[in-house]
Amino acid sequence: MKQAINDFIVRFANVNGTGSASANSLFAKTIFRMGIPVTPKNIFPSNIQGLPTWYEVRVSEKGYLGRREGIDLMVSVNPQSMEKDVKSVKSGGYFMYDSTKKLPAPYFREDIHYLGIPMMEMSNGAFADPRKRQLLKNIIYVGALVKLLSMDVEEVRQLIREQFEGKQQLIDANMQALQLGMDYVEGHFDYPLSFHLERRDLIGDKIMVDGNTASGLGAVYGGATVMAWYPITPSTSVAEAFEHYCKEFRIDPDTGEHKFAIIQAEDELAAMGMVIGANWNGARGFTATSGPGVSLMNEFLGLAYFAEVPAVLIDVQRAGPSTGMPTRTQQSDLLLAAYASHGDTKHVLLIPSSPQECFELTAMSFDLAERLQTPIMVMTDLDLGMNDHVSEPFHWDDNRKYDRGKVLSAEELEHIGKFGRYLDVDGDGIPYRTYPGTHPTKGSFFTRGTSKDEYAAYTEDGAAYKRNMDRLIKKWDTAKKLVPSAQLYQKENQSELGMLFFGTSQYSAEEANDLLQEEGLKIDAIRIKAFPFGSEVEEFVASHRLVFVIEQNRDAQMRKMIIMELETSPSKLIPVLNYDGMPITADAIKSQITQFLTLEKTQPHELSKTTL
Amino acid sequence: MSYLKPLFRHPKLPKNKLGYTLKEYEGSLSTLCAGCGHDSISAAIVQACFEMSVEPHHVAKISGIGCSSKTPTYFLGNSHGFNSVHGRMPSVATGASMANKDMVYFGVSGDGDSASIGMGQFVHVIRRNLNMVYIVMNNGCYGLTKGQDSATADQGSKSKAGSINPFQAIDLASMAIELGASFVAQSFSGDKQQLVPLIKAAMHHKGFAFLNVISPCVTFNNNPGSTKSYDYVREHIEATSTLDFVPEMPEITASYEKGKSTKIALHDGSLIQLNKLETDWDPEDRISAVNALQQARIKNEILTGLLYVNAEWKDLHGVLNTYHKPLNRLDEADLCPGEDNLQAINARFR
Ligand SMILES: Cc1ncc(C[n+]2csc(CCOP(=O)(O)OP(=O)(O)O)c2C)c(N)n1
Ligand code: SF4
Repeated sequence: MKQAINDFIVRFANVNGTGSASANSLFAKTIFRMGIPVTPKNIFPSNIQGLPTWYEVRVSEKGYLGRREGIDLMVSVNPQSMEKDVKSVKSGGYFMYDSTKKLPAPYFREDIHYLGIPMMEMSNGAFADPRKRQLLKNIIYVGALVKLLSMDVEEVRQLIREQFEGKQQLIDANMQALQLGMDYVEGHFDYPLSFHLERRDLIGDKIMVDGNTASGLGAVYGGATVMAWYPITPSTSVAEAFEHYCKEFRIDPDTGEHKFAIIQAEDELAAMGMVIGANWNGARGFTATSGPGVSLMNEFLGLAYFAEVPAVLIDVQRAGPSTGMPTRTQQSDLLLAAYASHGDTKHVLLIPSSPQECFELTAMSFDLAERLQTPIMVMTDLDLGMNDHVSEPFHWDDNRKYDRGKVLSAEELEHIGKFGRYLDVDGDGIPYRTYPGTHPTKGSFFTRGTSKDEYAAYTEDGAAYKRNMDRLIKKWDTAKKLVPSAQLYQKENQSELGMLFFGTSQYSAEEANDLLQEEGLKIDAIRIKAFPFGSEVEEFVASHRLVFVIEQNRDAQMRKMIIMELETSPSKLIPVLNYDGMPITADAIKSQITQFLTLEKTQPHELSKTTL
Repeated sequence: MSYLKPLFRHPKLPKNKLGYTLKEYEGSLSTLCAGCGHDSISAAIVQACFEMSVEPHHVAKISGIGCSSKTPTYFLGNSHGFNSVHGRMPSVATGASMANKDMVYFGVSGDGDSASIGMGQFVHVIRRNLNMVYIVMNNGCYGLTKGQDSATADQGSKSKAGSINPFQAIDLASMAIELGASFVAQSFSGDKQQLVPLIKAAMHHKGFAFLNVISPCVTFNNNPGSTKSYDYVREHIEATSTLDFVPEMPEITASYEKGKSTKIALHDGSLIQLNKLETDWDPEDRISAVNALQQARIKNEILTGLLYVNAEWKDLHGVLNTYHKPLNRLDEADLCPGEDNLQAINARFR
C-alpha cells in the first residue's frame, strides 16, 4: 500500500441500535475540524435494532466528496457481518476488530493487517452499567483510531465536551474510554498506519450538515407557515428540522403563540390536501415525503396543476418501486414527479446537490410555487437528505422579499372591470388570483378540478378547455426562464463528448471527469438543477456528438425526459447508471464511459444502430 | 329547487344587520335534478347565513366530488369555493383553516364522499376538532355516478340496479359522536324550520360541527319495474334525444312538532320515519346521544335535531396554539429569522 496522507476510506461495521452512530460521526467530525474534506455515509438497514449497519467515511485531500470503491480500514464490531467485512478490505488494508473473542480461523487473510483490540473486555472492566459498556465500547475504537491515524485528540475531546454539555459524568466516562483506546494502541501497535491524517486548511468557512436539516431550515427562511406530513424514511427529518427551527424562531415570546402550524396527517393524501388548502388560502404550505407518498399524492398534484394552486413538496427519494429499499438511495422518482397525475400534466422540479442548495432551493420553491401557481417538487434523495455533507454555508439577504406572485388586493380589485381568474392578462400564461376573504363583492371565484373558462365558470366547451391547456403550456415556457439554470462546467465546448448529471451524482461525476482527463479524455460537463430544462441544456445536448447521462436509477429516467422534452435523438444520449441503492461512485462512471467508448471504436457500426 | 333566478328584486326586500338582502347570499343557478334534496339544503344555508349576518366573503366553501359537492356553487356567490377531489375535502379544509383562522369554513360532502372514499379524512378531521361546519347531504346512494349504493344505504334497501344491499349501513352521526365531534346534529333537507337553526348553531359553534342531513335523490328510485324507471319512461314517451331522462319531482318538505315522529314518503313512494328530539333533550350528554341514536336505529327511525354539543373542547387552532393573526397575513418580519441567526446556525455546523 502506498503511503497516503488524507486519502483513504474507513468503514465501520456495527449493529443497528447500539449507539455507534454518535461515535462514528465523532470520528468524521474530527477530521472535518482538522480542515480536511471528508464524506461520511450511513449504510443502514430498514430495521430499528439488531441488523448490521455500516458507516463509511471517505477522506479526500483533493476534496472529492462522492463515494469511491475500496476500503482501506475496516472497523468491525459486528460478528454477524464479520465474514463479509473481512472480504471487503482492500489488499494491504487493515482490519480492526474486537478481540475479546478470538477471531475464527477462516477470517484470516494473508494480504491484510489485523488490529485486534479487546474492546468489550476493556469496557466491561472500566464501566459498571451495561448500557454504558455498550456505548463506550464504541468510543474505545475512536480512541484507537486517534492514535492509528494521528487524529487531533484535542478536537475529539472538544467535540465530546460539546455533545454532552452540562453532563459532566458522561463527559468523564467518554474521555476515559477515549484514553483507553489510545493507550491500548500505544502498547500494542506501530502507529500511525501507512495512511493517516494531517491537519490542513481546506475547509474554509464550510459547514457539515445533512440535506434534510437544510431543507427544513430553508422552509423556515422561505416563509412556510403550514406543514402537513406523514412519516416516511428518508423524509421524516425534514419535518423534524422544520419544527425544531420553528420552535426556535417562530414562537411569540410574549404569548407563546406559534407562527406556524404543523400537522402530522393521517396519510399522504391528507398531507397534500392540507398543503393545497393552505396555499389556496394564501399561506405557504409544504410537505415532505418519499416515493410511496408521491404515488399517493398524484390525484391532488393534478388538481393543484389544473386548478393552479401553489404547493411545495420535498421528495427525498429512496429506492423503489413499491416499498423497494426504504433506507437506500436512488434518483428514481423523476418521471413520477415530473408527470404526476393523469391527463396532460407537467410539474416543475428543483434538484439540489448539496445541503446549501437544499436550503436555497427549498426557500426558492415557495417563491416559484406562488409565482407560477403550481406545485414545485424539490427532488433530493436519501444520500443528500440523511447523510452529513461538507457544504458551502447558508446565506440570506435580509433585503430579500418573498415573491407572492400575482395576487390582487381589495384595492386592485376595485379598479378592475371584471376579474377573470384564468385570464392571461400579461401574456406569460400566469393568471391573477385572489385570496378568499379579500373583497365583499369582487374577486371571488370557484376553484375546481374540472374544466373552466377564463372566468372560472365550469364549462365542457372544447375550445375553452383547449385554450386553458394551451395557456398552461405557455406558463410552462415561462417557468423555463424562472427556474435555476443548469451549471455549465466550461463556457466553451471543447470536446465532442459531454456528460450530464444532476443531484447527488455531482461529486462522483466531477471526480470521474478528472480521472478521465488524467487518461487524456476530455469531456464537457453540465449539471441540471431544474425541470423544465432551460435553453442551455438544449444547447449543450445539441452541440455534443455524445452525451453521457449519469443517473441513479435503472430506466435512465432523466435521459427519457430529455428525449421527450427536447425531442433529441435517443442514440446520442448514453445512459450511465447505478441502481443498487448505494450512491454512484466515480469508478462506476469512469468505467461505463470508457467501456462505451472502447466498444464504439471496435464496433462502430453495431453501436450506431442501437438505441441504448 | 332549480329555478330561474329573477334579476329584479323588490327594493323592500328584508335586509339583515349588514344591510344585505338574501340575494347577496345566493349563488349561481343549480344544475341538479329538479326536486333534489341538496338544493333545499343549499337554500337553508343561504337562509342561515343571511339571518346570521355573516359577511359572505368571510365564508369559504369547500367540497369533495358528487352532486352534493357541486352545491357550493349554488350558495354564497361572493365567497370563494373549492371543489376539490373525491373524499378529500376535510384535508383541504384543514389546510385552509390553518392558513386563516378568521374565516367561516363550510365543508359540503356526500355520503359516498364521506362514508366511503373519504372515510379516513372524515374520521381524522373530527379527531382534530377543526373549526368548521361539515354537512353531509346524505341520500343513501351515489348520485353523480348514477345510483350505486353508498355505505350509508340501509341493509336490505333496493338499489337502482335492483340489487338488495346486503351490508350494514354506516351511521355517520353515531360515529361522529363516538370520535369526539363537538357538535353533532341530524336533520332532513325538507325541514327548513329545523335545518336553518341547526346550521346557524353549527356556524356559531367553535369546533367541529357535523350535520348529517337526509336528502332524497330524485333519480335513486329508478328501479326496473317501477313506472318511473328510465326504461319505463323511455318506452312510454316519444324520445326526442338520447340524453338521460330524469323525472321532475316536487321538493319534499316536512314540518312537525318536537318530540314527535313523522313518516315521509320519498319520490319512489318508500317511507322514512323521522323522529324529532324532545324539547327537554340534553345535548351535552354524550352517552344519552349515542344511546338514543342506537334506539332509533332499532326502530328504523332517524332521530333529528341537535344530538350533541360540547363547547369546552379546544379546536385545532387552540390545540396548536397558533398565532392570533392569521398565518396567511404574516410577512418576512414575522417569518424569516434573518442572516444573523443564519450565521449562528452555520456556526453550529462547524
Ligand atoms: C377517485 C375518484 N373515484 C371515483 C370518482 C367518481 N365519483 C364521482 S362522484 C361519486 C360518488 C358521489 O356520491 P356522493 O358522495 O354520495 O354524492 P351525491 O352525488 O350522492 O350527492 C363518485 C364515485 C371520482 N370522481 N374520483
Ligand atoms: S342524481 Fe340525485 S343527488 Fe344528484 S342531483 Fe339528481 S337528485 Fe340530486
